[in-house]
Amino acid sequence: MAELNILEAIRAAMDEEMERDERVMILGEDVGRKGGVFGATEGLWAKYGDKRVLDTPLSEGMIAGAAMGAAVYGLRPVAEIQFADFVYPGFNQIVSEISRIHYRSNGTFSAPMVIRMPYGGGVHGALYHSQSNEAYFTHTVGLKIVAPGTPADAKGLLKSSIRDPDPVMFFEHKKTYRLFRAEVPDGDTVVPIGKAVVAREGKDLSIFCYGFMRTCALEAAETLAGEDGVEAEVVDLRTLRPLDLETILASVEKTGKALVVHEANRFGGFGAEIAAEISEKAFEHLDGPVTRLAGPEVPGVPFHHALEDWFMIGPPRIVDAARKLAAY
Amino acid sequence: MASTDTRPRHAELGLGDADVLGMYRAMLLARAVDERMWLMQRAGKIAFIISGQGHEGAQVATSWPMRKGTDWMAPYYRSIASAMTFGMSAEDIITAHLAKGDDVSSGGRQMPGHYGGAPYNIISLSSPVGTQVLHAVGIAMGAWVRGDDVVAMTSFGEGTANQGEIHEAMNFAGVHNLPVIFVCENNGYAISVPLERQVAGGSVAARAAGYGMPGVVVDGGDVLACYGAAKEAHDRAKRGEGPTLIEARVVRLTSHSSDDDQRRYRDPSEVEALKERDPIPMFANELRANGILTDDGEETMRAEVKAEVNEASKRAEARPEPTPDDAHERVYADPIPGGGTAVPLAPVGGGGQ
Repeated sequence: MAELNILEAIRAAMDEEMERDERVMILGEDVGRKGGVFGATEGLWAKYGDKRVLDTPLSEGMIAGAAMGAAVYGLRPVAEIQFADFVYPGFNQIVSEISRIHYRSNGTFSAPMVIRMPYGGGVHGALYHSQSNEAYFTHTVGLKIVAPGTPADAKGLLKSSIRDPDPVMFFEHKKTYRLFRAEVPDGDTVVPIGKAVVAREGKDLSIFCYGFMRTCALEAAETLAGEDGVEAEVVDLRTLRPLDLETILASVEKTGKALVVHEANRFGGFGAEIAAEISEKAFEHLDGPVTRLAGPEVPGVPFHHALEDWFMIGPPRIVDAARKLAAY
Repeated sequence: MASTDTRPRHAELGLGDADVLGMYRAMLLARAVDERMWLMQRAGKIAFIISGQGHEGAQVATSWPMRKGTDWMAPYYRSIASAMTFGMSAEDIITAHLAKGDDVSSGGRQMPGHYGGAPYNIISLSSPVGTQVLHAVGIAMGAWVRGDDVVAMTSFGEGTANQGEIHEAMNFAGVHNLPVIFVCENNGYAISVPLERQVAGGSVAARAAGYGMPGVVVDGGDVLACYGAAKEAHDRAKRGEGPTLIEARVVRLTSHSSDDDQRRYRDPSEVEALKERDPIPMFANELRANGILTDDGEETMRAEVKAEVNEASKRAEARPEPTPDDAHERVYADPIPGGGTAVPLAPVGGGGQ
């Protein structure tokens, strides 16, 4: 097994899939010779040429729309949006076209494509390089939404996403890109879309999270165990749509308490959906209010480090929220 | 340009008599389907009509060079004649407008005017205008990446030409010389707003210069001029010389749609004058002048077209209605909890099935 960080795992997934299937191509801004602003596609241009690893104009509508055309035609495009914050010129293509082409053609056309987007804060990116905008897309029927938190999941889920017959939005928390290395299974190992994973077993409360929040929640759980004797179960959702309700409800049935954590602001956020599902389907198992810990209600992550620190959810805030819930 | 060629124009373009008669018949059929659907709308059978009347000459002519089963089309809501020239039948179009359960376009899921179909390589269209232009560019990109001999054609109105996605599409196509043909059907009105309030400079084709591609203005009433421009664009695309923007100046003979009344914003004399530029009599006159179309020939053709539309509408009306049992299906291509069915993926270069 190789020890990879998330960025290397993502690159390895694309490399293997391009080798395995000549229909797979990459397009996006600076993905070619430069290898992407984060380096996700480094080396692929030299290996696969400038058609299969295609530098596009600064034109997110074009990236999304042309990727859909190519997908309908029979290719397997992997589009990179340089920052999730810049996806909005392509929003019309994603929401009106990519998500709906299969349904509106009564199943005769499909858009098997991936849109990779670095998202999330904590990297001094301020309002327009830090957004966690997954909720705009999880609301859209026809898309699949993936947000891995470990190198092995990033690689296995990206491979699944590229092979998936439906359009997949692949959210990569940019703070996790080089945050840590972990073992990634060698060879052609895929992680199925739509399956959450229990990242840490616990009996006292459940913490539901994804992306960078997995790392934060696991750290918080260790603190809770060491200082409070509270055993938190950490459930990494990994896929936001389709949502693995079975794993979520099983965890709540076991612990009786649910804390949902995400970096995006709270109002109408993805946590609301999880909270509602738990309230409707596991009500009789609950031993405390389903609780959300989410980003503050401001229009974006402010720049200055003191302001960014105020915005970001880290392990201490998860510990605080978990303590309150555990004591309920 | 002066020509010493004394042959009729169509022969100069490499078209035989049968070709131009076929084009004329295709125009008559599209017009007859269009008119029949207005009647069905008035009779309460079709909910809504958005018409292509006045655009048929440009549509048939620009679609004529397109190779069925090889090339691809991303049309718009007035593209009845384009879609029919590229393979859809009168019955397909009427069935789509009736939203029948086994309709090839959408199985009753889309409103009238939103036809398409995988068997025809015609991308099922949506309502936000201009999105389809990027799909054609994406198909052309796919063909270019793969080295396939495929041309994509897309059409849109001059109102849509003002969307940002059109700029994004043309710029990208220009950068890589992609095999795509942009056909702007300029009928002078975006619903009620006239050209001078929509298009700075007054010409969509002029914008092509900025994208490094030829921009050609043709009279949409001059079928052979439209064909000549499209044939050249198709040849250029096949030769790897890149995209072409064709602006066909057409007339919109009807209101924008069955929910619109153009008398509210167009002068009656202006609307009356449009008939002078109706491509059907214009093309008929040219064919008659060349001795290709005779009175008897036209009478026979019109009778055939009428019979075809009668039969098509009868068969379309007899098709089954969709049922809500099915409305939850085919949301995802992959079976997932909560619905969806598996559909095999498109082979490269092929249709969607």
